[in-house]
Amino acid sequence: MANLRNNRRGRRKIVKTTLIYLSTIIAVIFFIFPIYWLVATSLKTRAQAFSTPPLFVWEPTFRNFIDIFLKRQTEIEAITGQELELATGAEIFFYNSFVVTFSSIAIATVIGVLAAYSFSRYKPAGTSTLMFFILSTRMLPAIVVAIPIYFFYRSLGLYNTYIGLILLYTMFNLPFAVWMMKSFFDEVPRDIEQAALVDGSNPVKVFYKIALPQVLVGLGATIGFLIINVWNEFLFALLLTERATRTVPVMIAGTRGEVGINWGLIAAIETLYILPALVLIFLLQRFLLRGMTFGTVRGVK
Amino acid sequence: MTSQATTGSRLVRIFPILLILPAVALVTFLVIFPLIWALGLSFYSYNVIRGGAPIFIGVENYYRLLNSLDVWRRFVLTGQFVFYAVSIEFLIGFGLAHLFYNQFRGRRLAITLVTTPLLVAPVAVGIFHRYLFDATFGIYSYIAQLITGQPVKILSQYPMFAIVFMDVWQWSPFMMLFILAGLEAIPKHMLESSEIDRLSMLAKFRYVIWPTIRPLVALALLFRTMDAFRTFDTIFTLTEGGPGTATEVLSIQIYRIAFQFFRTGEAAALAFIFLVIIVLLTNIYLRLARRE
Repeated sequence: MANLRNNRRGRRKIVKTTLIYLSTIIAVIFFIFPIYWLVATSLKTRAQAFSTPPLFVWEPTFRNFIDIFLKRQTEIEAITGQELELATGAEIFFYNSFVVTFSSIAIATVIGVLAAYSFSRYKPAGTSTLMFFILSTRMLPAIVVAIPIYFFYRSLGLYNTYIGLILLYTMFNLPFAVWMMKSFFDEVPRDIEQAALVDGSNPVKVFYKIALPQVLVGLGATIGFLIINVWNEFLFALLLTERATRTVPVMIAGTRGEVGINWGLIAAIETLYILPALVLIFLLQRFLLRGMTFGTVRGVK
Repeated sequence: MTSQATTGSRLVRIFPILLILPAVALVTFLVIFPLIWALGLSFYSYNVIRGGAPIFIGVENYYRLLNSLDVWRRFVLTGQFVFYAVSIEFLIGFGLAHLFYNQFRGRRLAITLVTTPLLVAPVAVGIFHRYLFDATFGIYSYIAQLITGQPVKILSQYPMFAIVFMDVWQWSPFMMLFILAGLEAIPKHMLESSEIDRLSMLAKFRYVIWPTIRPLVALALLFRTMDAFRTFDTIFTLTEGGPGTATEVLSIQIYRIAFQFFRTGEAAALAFIFLVIIVLLTNIYLRLARRE
């Protein structure tokens, strides 16, 4: 009798485990497939990318990745105009994205960390109001501020400049940097800092010698999310840049609606473009929920 | 008291203010300034292409917009998109969270893989879904053809399905993360005692699981609803609001009025109506969440 029950329980466990793995596999395929297919397409020739039915087995080629950077205008004059623009100097767009991303993050991080530290430790008058005000910008639709900013930039001469874009991205990412870093500072016990302050230590020193080293992991995570935020931003880059300062997403979006486009080549550019995100998703996994909620929700173990 | 101590205490007093000053100044500059400017502009008739000075017309922009059938259609369209996307994301996220609440080998890796779409650039998502949905060589169209037995042009026949599908693909993992965090916050002893008391599945959910995950579910719905309302990049790059205006959600409509037709005043007015809706929704949600 007991044996029979054990048997039944054992069988039920096997069924449950099988179901779990089956559902997991289906889920993983559903969410990974488009990305797999993108990378796969980047390794196909033009003809292979256009094949019907789609090709599942083929001999991969890295030609597209070479073409992104090396193919020159004269070599591909026969091909469509859109592709011509794409294939000549994709490195310019990547360079622009790099410059804008890293400059704005550097500024936003410094200013954000300082404010976060103050909000967390000293709680100056009006802290909660200011923090809420800063958070409320998260809800602001970009398109609402895009209209006035476009005209400011046009009249101030910031349109199509690195400075303009860097300034904008700094402002847009400050709220995130402040909230995220505050959540990390809040987690660190403040006893040592207080003791040091009571002993008459310089508050500036207390900040960078005691407080900052304790939140380095959080700082890394914050920077990781900032990179993604700026790297992925599209609307303002679309409105405020021309060829000289155009970033990668705007260039990719420029391939819209072209009938004869070389999907292999575009897939290669997109693959390179989303590569930082694919790497960061592994590194930031532990902070994912936190990063997507401005540090307000702590997340999964 | 030595003079050194005095300098120190003065520094301590102004130090916190100095630290927050640049951040608060920049954010204020970013939000308040443009918003006031846009609000002012919304009372004017102004067209950059036509040029000339803006003409003050009072609330006419608002009056015209709110009386336009076209605008109301976009409201409904946007509402439909948000409703479909967020509810499907909730269901899938809920299922996934319960799946990953089980401990099994490879669980962490599976979670990482499933959450990958979250960080992928919206523009890349839009453009490669354009390829996936392509009527002749897109693999989704191919699969649809295998199932239905006839060629399906998803983007032109079922554009709403396409944009909802894309959003669900990218954002279901977001719901999953929230609900999973909620599930993991349930005290183990409560689950165990519910086992001992032989509570039915329904009762266990009603009395043990739901009370713990409810605040997180509310927050997840809040974030997702707001973000779905503002969706621009993915839909813009996938369909550009088309075919016709079949997927022209509010943010794309505002973009078109402002930067393709250059009816700046009107666009600013619509943007403000949009903002008011978002603020109202946020408040309703927050109130609901707080009441719980």
